[in-house]
Amino acid sequence: MILKPRLEDLKIIGFYLGKIILGLACAMLLPVILGLCFWELNPVLDFSIGIVITVIFGLLLCKICYTQKDLNWMQGMVVVSLSWIAAMILAAIPLYLSGHWKFFLDACFETMSGFTTTGLTLVQDLDHLSYTHNFWRHLGPFIGGQGIAIIALSFLLKGTSGAFKVYVGEGRDEKLLPNVINTSRFIWLISVTYLIIGTIVLGVVGICIGMKPTNAFFHGACIFMAGFDTAGFAPQSQNILYYHSLIFEVITIAIMIVGSLNFNFHYQLWMGNRKETWKNIESRTFFISIMLTFFIVAIGLNQLGVYPQAIALFRKGFFQLISAHTTTGYMTIYAKQFINDWGNLALFGLICAMALGGCICSTAGGIKMLRVGIIWKALKQDLKKIIMPESAVIMEKFHHIKDVFLEDKLIRSALTITAAYIILYILGALVGMFYGYPFLESLFESTSAAANVGLSCGITDTAMPAVLKITYILQMWAGRLEFMSVFTILGFLIATLEGK
Amino acid sequence: MKIKFRLFLIIIFMLGFIPSGMLWAQGVSSNELIKNAKAYDGKLVVYTGEVIGDVMRRGQFAWINLNDGDNALGVWVDAALIKNLNFTGNYKSQGDVLEVAGQFHAACLEHGGDLDLHAQALRLVNNGRFTKRGINFAKIKLSLILLGVLFFIWILNIFKQK
Repeated sequence: MILKPRLEDLKIIGFYLGKIILGLACAMLLPVILGLCFWELNPVLDFSIGIVITVIFGLLLCKICYTQKDLNWMQGMVVVSLSWIAAMILAAIPLYLSGHWKFFLDACFETMSGFTTTGLTLVQDLDHLSYTHNFWRHLGPFIGGQGIAIIALSFLLKGTSGAFKVYVGEGRDEKLLPNVINTSRFIWLISVTYLIIGTIVLGVVGICIGMKPTNAFFHGACIFMAGFDTAGFAPQSQNILYYHSLIFEVITIAIMIVGSLNFNFHYQLWMGNRKETWKNIESRTFFISIMLTFFIVAIGLNQLGVYPQAIALFRKGFFQLISAHTTTGYMTIYAKQFINDWGNLALFGLICAMALGGCICSTAGGIKMLRVGIIWKALKQDLKKIIMPESAVIMEKFHHIKDVFLEDKLIRSALTITAAYIILYILGALVGMFYGYPFLESLFESTSAAANVGLSCGITDTAMPAVLKITYILQMWAGRLEFMSVFTILGFLIATLEGK
Repeated sequence: MKIKFRLFLIIIFMLGFIPSGMLWAQGVSSNELIKNAKAYDGKLVVYTGEVIGDVMRRGQFAWINLNDGDNALGVWVDAALIKNLNFTGNYKSQGDVLEVAGQFHAACLEHGGDLDLHAQALRLVNNGRFTKRGINFAKIKLSLILLGVLFFIWILNIFKQK
């Protein structure tokens, strides 16, 4: 028998949702400060309107649903799912008011793309967008990458066991420190430290390649936030091609790789455990997977003679490949070039890289390296079972921070999530094909959305059908939350309608 | 005046080196160049767009990015040719609009495979300007109304607590 959610459940969900919305309003103050520094008054007004609406919603929810009770698992998951939807809508208000997004749905697409660290964009005339709005576009991934709900709860509440449920609901299950609030704060410490270093490095490089100092540091901060959080937004319409600089591309590659690594892995390195670099199953799988997919891309590009020199092939091919594999989405070519010039084999290599994704407990999307590693180990174990005598006991183990025995539970979990991702990629491709786009292009764009990558072969455009925009929004949302919270909210809705 | 005269001389001088094929070159859009990059590779083309973002000087040359409304293309240009650029496009200004005649590369050998244009001559089509953006009073009104609603909720909350 399905139990209908009680009024108390709704109150608890509403209260914590309200808290998260108030946290979002606090985050919106940052672009206002920047806007005042650059004296961009209309953008500041856009954000003032956005902040007041957000505060009204947050306050109403907190007051109407006031409770002192903690979240249980179901409530935590529903709060996570709803908070991402609420954040998408409320954060889109200032963007839409700027006039650079044709429809409110486009602005929602942009904010969901940012928060989920995807990077697909529907902005119009990006090259004339204000610093204030541009900063908000890039701050979104920085907030969403760490997890909207967990950030709000870690900073607005002094301590709650319910925070762990929210943490898991946002697609993370590894605790770096015993307390999840401390874990979240440590993730912030890592991110802000890297942000300062990254902004300075990119800013100095920007000046060296001829940019004005203000622009150089602004772009440095934006590129770092969107690169480290594997989002792929850039302040100019040409993305990374705008800079025409090899050194800028090399630094961006480094940022993308660092951003797609497990925070637990960062923690181990910070603690001086350098052996983890080559012992960890994720880093090994990541390295092998990059090599294999780059091999496919390179053969594809070479066959068609897209680039006349090996060095150009490596520069373009490797950048796009790393961008796809780390699920960042930065580009040094134009979207249409993927279809017009790159050919099917190179595109297939990129789609594989996007689908596989980065590491778990990072801001990267996709199936993720730990799961790929586990499935590979399971396959090896099964092959050994066939070869070895029946009486032999075969136990496979792998190293991920510590040595772990390969149990059926782990394999089942890895396979379930992998299957869910593959289904999501195919469903998105089917919707694309329904609207008349070719198979490979539809699969490319769908995988890019669901794996939170952000590379586009040109389908993502303000003129694309609204249903396709909504499909990609849902794919980005489900892909970022890794399905659990999405399944829970579906169950919650069914229980509300059919429960007793 | 002197600078303008020098620029005029440079353009005339450069035009002297342009092969005759270019004299008939038609203006092409960025969409056309990206879509048919291989067909245009190595050809002399004329492309018009607004200078956006930064002028990035690299020694005697510079990179400028020209946006024709659909895409922005990178143009590798002799720094002397863009001495008189006054405005580049951003939130506060519309950039100068330039017409560039130059060699198009689908994958430039000199620049790591970039799709770019090497300018041989350029002409200022439209002067840039500061963008006038008056304060939007409708937005101020909306902000004040919303602040009123927020204040009302706050007052209600105080009464409720009492």
